[in-house]
Amino acid sequence: MAIAAIATDDLLNSVIFLSTYSLIMALTWVEMNSIDVGFTEASVGAGISTVLFISTLARTKRKIAKNPVSWLPIIVVIATAVLMLYPVLDMPKFGDSNAPINKHVVSRYITKSKEETGVTNIVTSIIIAYRGYDTLGETTVIFTAGTAVVLLLRSLKNAGR
Amino acid sequence: MPEDNLSVNKHEDLVIKIICRILIPFIQLFALYTIAHGHSSAGGGFQGGAIFGASFILLGIAYGKDVVLKKVSELVNTLFNSLGVMLYVLAGLIGIFFGGKFLQYDIIPLVSPQFASKMLIDVIEFGIGLTVASIMITIFKELYVD
Repeated sequence: MAIAAIATDDLLNSVIFLSTYSLIMALTWVEMNSIDVGFTEASVGAGISTVLFISTLARTKRKIAKNPVSWLPIIVVIATAVLMLYPVLDMPKFGDSNAPINKHVVSRYITKSKEETGVTNIVTSIIIAYRGYDTLGETTVIFTAGTAVVLLLRSLKNAGR
Repeated sequence: MPEDNLSVNKHEDLVIKIICRILIPFIQLFALYTIAHGHSSAGGGFQGGAIFGASFILLGIAYGKDVVLKKVSELVNTLFNSLGVMLYVLAGLIGIFFGGKFLQYDIIPLVSPQFASKMLIDVIEFGIGLTVASIMITIFKELYVD
């Protein structure tokens, strides 16, 4: 799906491909029992970002110029993919209770998050209570992104495009 | 406007307008539910805020950008952009005020530590939702051309 999104020369098609890709990823997350992530992927990835892409396309050209295939970037991308996939072979099995990630703080999250934070959704207790700083940073990132868009596009408008 | 641009329609499609009029209240209700119920079921501020922003984007696509500008004025939008982050930081500072650490929720003398922390988590979820929804509307308003 992602390859199709790159290969097509009509940018609208590529946006639709990306949206479908996000939807499939959302279904995958739900299948892996991480409903919060799937929810986010469906609403942000498949919903909002598609609309924003299309709004951007409406401001620019829809078709892209045909470029000759350049091999160097493809080779670099494939090499990186191989390098990143190689350690996957050493990873513990999915859902393995003896995996290192499940032995450190996870048991405290699962057994104690209700009495320590008072919320029943463990994911919420982690992102807002145990990892509050990170979420504060994320919110600030979104705020900064919005401010940057306003600054860039307003200055374009004022300059008469 | 050149022909290969995505020229959006002139906002005269009756079917789309009626469907949007029926759907948007439910979408917004669902978004608010997602934010308010984030502490005990899937979802939370980010997801709910994104859905709430999407409802206004749907309104903008169906009825034109002017309707959104009328519903959410520039001042309100700019205010809400930063209000959400401020809510978050203030909720964090409450912990310091009562002698704890930044973003420490259970130190506040409410009914019980769990209750205090739950309330503050809800406040923060609401702050996140406010920021995300408002930023989504802002980006849409800046990007979209009728």
